[in-house]
Amino acid sequence: MSYFDLLRLAWPEASIVLTALVVLAIGLTNRGTRPAITLLAMVGIALAIKNVLRLPHDAILFNGMLVISPLTSLFKIVSLALAFFTVALAQSESSLRHYAEYIAILLLACVGLMLLVGSEELLTIFIGLELLGLSLYVLTAFDKIDIYSAEAGLKYFLFGSTASAFTLFGISLVYGMAGSTSLAVLAQKLSVTNAQPLLAAGIVMTLIGFAFKIAAAPFHLWAPDVYQGAPIPSAAFIASGSKVASFVVLGKILLVGFDSARGSSDWHAMIAGWSPIISLLAAMSILLGNFVALAQTNVRRLLAYSAVAHGGYTLLGLLAGDRDGFSATLFYTTIYALTLLGAFGVIALVRRETGGDDLQNFAGLGQRSPLLAVCMSIFLLSLAGLPPLAGFFGKFYLFSSAFRAGANHGLLWLVALALFGSLISLYYYLIVLKVIFLDERSTTATAPAARPMLVEVATGVLAALVLLFGVDPSGLVARIVAALA
Amino acid sequence: MIAWTIYLSFAGALLVLFLPRAWSRSIALATTLVDLIISLAAFFGRSVDPAHFHTIVRVPWVPALGMNYHLAVDGISLTLVLVTAITALSAVLFSWDVDLRQNEFFFWLLLVVGGSFGVFLAADLFLFFVFYEFVIVPKYFLIAIFGSTNKEYGAMKLTLYSFFGGALVFIGILAVYASANSLDLNQLAQFSFPLQLQAWAFPVLFLGFAVLAGIWPLHTWAPTGHVAAPTAGSMLLAGIVMKLGAYGALRVAMNIFPQGFLMWRNWIAVFAVIGIVYAAAVALRQRDLKFIIGYSSVSHMGFVLLGLATANALGVSGAVLQMFSHGVIGALLFAIAGTMLYRRTHTRDLDQLSILPLRRALPFAALAFTIASAASMGIPGFSGFAAEITILIGAWKSFPLAVWITGIGMVLVAAFTLRALKRTFFDVDLASASATPMEPITLPEKIGASLLMFTTLAVGLFPKLLFDRIGPAVQAMRFLQ
Repeated sequence: MSYFDLLRLAWPEASIVLTALVVLAIGLTNRGTRPAITLLAMVGIALAIKNVLRLPHDAILFNGMLVISPLTSLFKIVSLALAFFTVALAQSESSLRHYAEYIAILLLACVGLMLLVGSEELLTIFIGLELLGLSLYVLTAFDKIDIYSAEAGLKYFLFGSTASAFTLFGISLVYGMAGSTSLAVLAQKLSVTNAQPLLAAGIVMTLIGFAFKIAAAPFHLWAPDVYQGAPIPSAAFIASGSKVASFVVLGKILLVGFDSARGSSDWHAMIAGWSPIISLLAAMSILLGNFVALAQTNVRRLLAYSAVAHGGYTLLGLLAGDRDGFSATLFYTTIYALTLLGAFGVIALVRRETGGDDLQNFAGLGQRSPLLAVCMSIFLLSLAGLPPLAGFFGKFYLFSSAFRAGANHGLLWLVALALFGSLISLYYYLIVLKVIFLDERSTTATAPAARPMLVEVATGVLAALVLLFGVDPSGLVARIVAALA
Repeated sequence: MIAWTIYLSFAGALLVLFLPRAWSRSIALATTLVDLIISLAAFFGRSVDPAHFHTIVRVPWVPALGMNYHLAVDGISLTLVLVTAITALSAVLFSWDVDLRQNEFFFWLLLVVGGSFGVFLAADLFLFFVFYEFVIVPKYFLIAIFGSTNKEYGAMKLTLYSFFGGALVFIGILAVYASANSLDLNQLAQFSFPLQLQAWAFPVLFLGFAVLAGIWPLHTWAPTGHVAAPTAGSMLLAGIVMKLGAYGALRVAMNIFPQGFLMWRNWIAVFAVIGIVYAAAVALRQRDLKFIIGYSSVSHMGFVLLGLATANALGVSGAVLQMFSHGVIGALLFAIAGTMLYRRTHTRDLDQLSILPLRRALPFAALAFTIASAASMGIPGFSGFAAEITILIGAWKSFPLAVWITGIGMVLVAAFTLRALKRTFFDVDLASASATPMEPITLPEKIGASLLMFTTLAVGLFPKLLFDRIGPAVQAMRFLQ
């Protein structure tokens, strides 16, 4: 394996790093050319997507440190696409005063996503997590004037670094047991060792870092503050990109690496392993997320708690534990990311016009700008899981895979719980829609500023995608299923 | 051909949204009129074999999961598509004077109609569920934006109840899908599911559907929802949406899980009979005209459930006929209460209505309400009689006691209907009442009401017209004893 090969296979990541450096350089020399920087970042991302498409079908470097497979390529593209839309959202965000630096860090976070997705080795995964995490902490606290942004950044950092410490410790324990950090070797070694307390501790600690990343209760406490306090593009990227990549990696670790320590979370037949732990996380997330979301009056905070609940739903696919379940998880989390990005796009526009993102700021949106209101309805109803939107199909896929798995429909309890959670969630999503379409506008009208075209277009495209994947999910499903085969 | 009812309704909805506001009601009228013509042509045409759930469209949708875009039609579907089209057309006619956000109103209305056509024609379980859940959101907006009394509460309650029923149906569908590995309703109707599965999956699935059909004690969304809804909304709820639940119970729950159904049908009968008597008794104590009609809907849907529970061809055919009949009568009653009376008197309170000289001011409304009441009470010559007598004869074979108790319910139905009729139109001494000029009944209202009155009379006089389509389809169901 020559360095030339390495460069060839890591070219998408490298090209994003290059783009980030160029953006930084431009930012140093020539301030205030936002459109140019945006354009440059978008072109860089588009080229990276093209490079991903030109990667070979299969390749494994250094024992799984860098893996190229249809799955990793697919989710590198998804990560890049999410970054692309996030850049579009950032372009008109007035609170970002060092725009070039912001975009550069965003691109580095994207590299973190790609490393996470493209690795099957615990140490590289950890490096990816850290690269992603550190970039996101900075992105969260980027609005230096806003005290909430600083608070959110600090909270995110403290929780995140503690969770990382746990994960690193867990990885070290697992390495001590198996003598390797490669997931494939791990799976082999663990299948012949007996279950030991040390292994259990290692697995639990490793999971904590991921539970933090996907904001599963009780590791969700950072989410509401970050979603509410961070600059909108940062919050959107944390809610979408970071979540998708975490689910991809979590799925690989659980279903490949720790496969032999699965246990069972069937009702009345629980067997020790990671499955009962994950099922507990899922159940707590679904209940806590949905119930607490009921009481929120800020739309971003509401989305944060609903994100906790959605994390819980998504875990159901991993609990199913088969290929069907994993592909359902991947489908759902991808759709969820698109939906949330779009919702944050709408929030950004509303905030620009009314100066806030509380529920009352949305009053009268239906009359003020019908198209925006329609987009928001598409996003929220998709989150609630109503047809013909992508969220409906996603939930059907997810819950049906969980229902099939296990002997005698043992996961029925979680499926029923998730449906109960969806019922609650419909209430608070409808309350938002009610405010949008029924309530009269109460806040004093500001002068209608010219809407940033880019954000509008990005939001519209995302809404169209959510509708499209709902009406015809077969393309995406087939791609994910093929990638897992 | 009949599949075009779905596409046309959705296309109409989009046109209404994007074309100028002034055109919206004409577009809605044209859409529903063509829907009705198509469904009449299909109903009377000889191209459909009523006995088989005959495929008309089948396109792969999500091959990885075995989902198809698959539509089919048999006698039961034909009947329900017809009543949907009739109700939809008259609902548009009765909304002729809506002027608040007119295009939105007809947009939501046509979405409900299109989704309902989809439910009645779907032959793939997933597609069925898509249409079934699709109808929820338009209903919410139709009521929450355009409704009256307590509209946000009524709309939310109705939506959450529908979604709760949907969640139960979801679990039932997952059980079917996981066990049979197919979503094709025709295949599923031949698959033999393990008894153990049927014993728990049937009640879950049936209850999910029955929520929408207004089964006691989960019926409370119906009166509040009906009252809160605008007239066209109440007409669609009573005429179509409640039938979605009953149709799902028959086509999906009972036909897929025959043994489960036979295990549980006594309980269904018990709840149905309680619903008939209880709702009628409650209606007797109401003062709001729309609440009375709302509870009468619950009572009439109790007959549908009782008919389904009989598990014999006569009772089930009667249940399907009752779905048709109640769709027409319920819509007519709500049209009279909500538009003909409320728009002119601004009250639905029986005490206040009783002192108005309505009989003289609105003779057409008096005639229509008399006919609707007669049909609702089950007077021979109207569709209600044909349906209820068939259900009762069917029930006599299975549950003689239930028939006796239902008899009490029918007396109560007659009592509250006559009370409402008397208090609204026949209480006042015309000679002494002051003459308040009222806007006369408009032409669209007359056409809409006449359409519904004609339908209930025609079916009442020639029930064979429908039984010829319903009978063979019911005979083909596999749960019959």
